[in-house]
Amino acid sequence: MAKVTISIDGVEVKAEQGTTVMAAAASVGVKIPGLCQYDGLSTHGACRLCMVQLNGTPKPKPACATPITEGMEVHTTTPRLQEHRKVLLEMLFAEGQHVCAVCVASGACELQTLAADVGVDHVSFNPPATRQTLDLSHPYLGYDPTRCILCTRCVRACGEVEGAFTWGLAGRGREVHLITDLGTPWGESTTCTGCGKCISVCPTGAMFSRGTSVAERRPRRDLVPTLTARRDLEAARKEPS
Amino acid sequence: MSRPRVATVWLAGCSGCHMSFLDLDEWLVDLAQAVDLVYSPIADVKDFPEGVDVTLVEGAVANSDNLELLHQVRERSKIVVSFGDCAVHGNVSAMRNPLGDPGVLVAEAYKDAVTQLHGHLPDPERGVVPALLPRVLAAHEVVHIDAFLPGCPPSAERIRTAVEALLAGREPELAPELRRFG
Repeated sequence: MAKVTISIDGVEVKAEQGTTVMAAAASVGVKIPGLCQYDGLSTHGACRLCMVQLNGTPKPKPACATPITEGMEVHTTTPRLQEHRKVLLEMLFAEGQHVCAVCVASGACELQTLAADVGVDHVSFNPPATRQTLDLSHPYLGYDPTRCILCTRCVRACGEVEGAFTWGLAGRGREVHLITDLGTPWGESTTCTGCGKCISVCPTGAMFSRGTSVAERRPRRDLVPTLTARRDLEAARKEPS
Repeated sequence: MSRPRVATVWLAGCSGCHMSFLDLDEWLVDLAQAVDLVYSPIADVKDFPEGVDVTLVEGAVANSDNLELLHQVRERSKIVVSFGDCAVHGNVSAMRNPLGDPGVLVAEAYKDAVTQLHGHLPDPERGVVPALLPRVLAAHEVVHIDAFLPGCPPSAERIRTAVEALLAGREPELAPELRRFG
């Protein structure tokens, strides 16, 4: 496949055509922040935290969903982008009930870590708090919508890797929320296999094993990428090109 | 030059931030020699004094007493710091917000609970207990805050980093690992 040369924060990078800006950056050790992108899953582009600036384009572009083109000049951490990320993170904190002090994922939460990295030291927005109910109907898994940032990693892992298609989105605008099957409680789902991949990919503490206490949830972040790589390898073996 | 006048206040929080402050151990001796602690839950002073240089505010604003004291703190302090997650964003203290009317919660705790002793609510009109605000507020929703010190509680190291900077007249700059919530 043809190689494309781009520059990322002034460093020259060569990568195959079709590679995303985020993957090209990762290949040279530049980590562009992101909460919905996940190795091994399809691209969703919902969180907007991976926005980067490209020379010749006034609007920032999502690094996870933008393929590289020859001569592209990418800037990943301009003051404008950092400010943009800070506002987005504050809005995510304001929208839910992200009380790190009593969260299962504290210390292993991507939202918490990213907020500290970007410099969020308080939350400027205060939308009316909405009351949402936990789904604890499953015998050993739980879902807390107040910690959910709607990144849809669980939806994609459940459908694309496990093939169960249990998780889905329902509602519009502020009413968007996750559902299992067609809105039946998780414990009554006829499609859920109880595999726990949703927990392994969840960036926050929204998905957890029941009985996990504060700061105890340590998801297996490598599980889904490993499974996907194995699946792709097996598919390639079956259909030799 | 007179020594900087430092105060700490305890609003709606668990006092864990003050406990963490005491974790500064022997550095507290150095601090005591460098500043005058003019008001604090660990000092027996009844009224918040005038002319304070730096005040650390622990806790969210949950009731009428918290509200009154925070306004007083702002009027009488040059620098006001949100000290810990409750002051910074409400944290555990604000977890009642989505439940709505605080009267319902008070009734649950003091009237309807199976373990209740008196069978009636504490009466805010008598001035014994302060009235709960409809919504628990972060300190910066009430007054201007000059610096934020997140953490539940902020570690002694965070507190020292911030206080040293403030006493030297600098804005505290916390490294990412020192400003994480929780």
